[in-house]
Amino acid sequence: MSDSLAGRMGPSANRAVPYGQQGSSANLADILERVLDKGVVIAGDIQINLLDIELLTIKLRLLVVSVDKAKEMGIDWWENDPSLSSRAPGSSRQEALASRRDNGQDELAEENDKLRKEIERLRSAAELPAGESPEKSGQKTGDGTGSQTARKRGRSQE
Amino acid sequence: MQGPDTKDAGRPGSAEEPAQVCYVFAVGREGEPLTEAARGLTGPTSSAVRTVYGSGLGALVCSVPAGLYDEEGLRAQLEDLERLESLARSHHAVVAAAYEHTTVLPMRLATVYLDDSRVTEMLEERSSEFDALLAKLEGHLEWGVKIYADPRAAAAPAEESASDSPASGSSPGRDYLQRRRKQRNTHRDAYRAAGAVAERVTALADGLATAKVSHRPQQGELASGPGENTANDAYLVSAERSEDFRAALSGLAEDVPGVRVELTGPWAPYSFATPPSSPQPEAGSRQG
Repeated sequence: MSDSLAGRMGPSANRAVPYGQQGSSANLADILERVLDKGVVIAGDIQINLLDIELLTIKLRLLVVSVDKAKEMGIDWWENDPSLSSRAPGSSRQEALASRRDNGQDELAEENDKLRKEIERLRSAAELPAGESPEKSGQKTGDGTGSQTARKRGRSQE
Repeated sequence: MQGPDTKDAGRPGSAEEPAQVCYVFAVGREGEPLTEAARGLTGPTSSAVRTVYGSGLGALVCSVPAGLYDEEGLRAQLEDLERLESLARSHHAVVAAAYEHTTVLPMRLATVYLDDSRVTEMLEERSSEFDALLAKLEGHLEWGVKIYADPRAAAAPAEESASDSPASGSSPGRDYLQRRRKQRNTHRDAYRAAGAVAERVTALADGLATAKVSHRPQQGELASGPGENTANDAYLVSAERSEDFRAALSGLAEDVPGVRVELTGPWAPYSFATPPSSPQPEAGSRQG
């Protein structure tokens, strides 16, 4: 513990990857997902950490997850949030956000996302078509999830 | 444990200076390396980083103006992306610099106490938890591995050759359909290739890493670079194996069109510093 980490990395490692190179140049998304979402979470004396950082973390997901994607997931609460939308009523947003969160929408959305990815993975593993553009709605990929994926793909091809 | 109430603000110097509160960056073991780590570092408001000790542990802290770091002040800082970025980078810079000297546990952004004595109390209360985490992370680094599928990059060479064929003039409709079919195939191939690369990464990384955590893929405004991020994982790797890890994973998909592997780090082990209440998936569990 008395020796420095750089020392423990060995001389070659030290030369190849100077620790701390991330300090100034690291990508903001990489930093934010670590300093906001990870690390030791304890309630300090200033209680903002408990509620607001969690809300902020969700907002961050909107920055880190696209708005289209969020809409697909059925998340639309930011439209009520003045900091994210001009349409917001403004006053009771905290309560609205908190109660939506309590409903577990966020978790559901996350799970949806995971499942969608899994379907994509299985589909490509089984060499099935990834989904057609929305015009060809007769195709038998069937369920809602499939057609949502198809819509998204169709869009991203434009 | 104190409640959220703002207790009396009788901190030293409060008569003339604006009131100060104590911002905590990270916690490590008490000792020379930690003291050394604090030396020369400054926090978000340019005040010096110092150490506060308790129960054989030490916190890296700095004094910040209470007005900027009370509930209202913090909310204002966190809601504004520019101010958030500056705070986040400042927090990260202190953690990263400290980690060069010794193993520390990064605190989540904006962990603020009223004064040094409250920090000491916190260290005492949580000493066994911190001790266990420090023991687990000692001598380890975090590496980030992101995989991107970029159908357009995959399509680029194909389109060059396509332009040689006498496309224009014959049948615009058929050309369009052919182009769309080709795009669709390229698209599918890129995602399939990214999936295959992800499996190679997982296999290689699992052999070298101690633990793994999957982050959400980055796909929003802040996500950088072309293509879609399909996997975003963090690996905990011992310092001795870090160079092997870096070597094994860099340039991994250079020969695969439409797939990009981005290695970030080494990081202080943010993704593994969450107390064990939520069990971390072991290296070897795979996703997507």
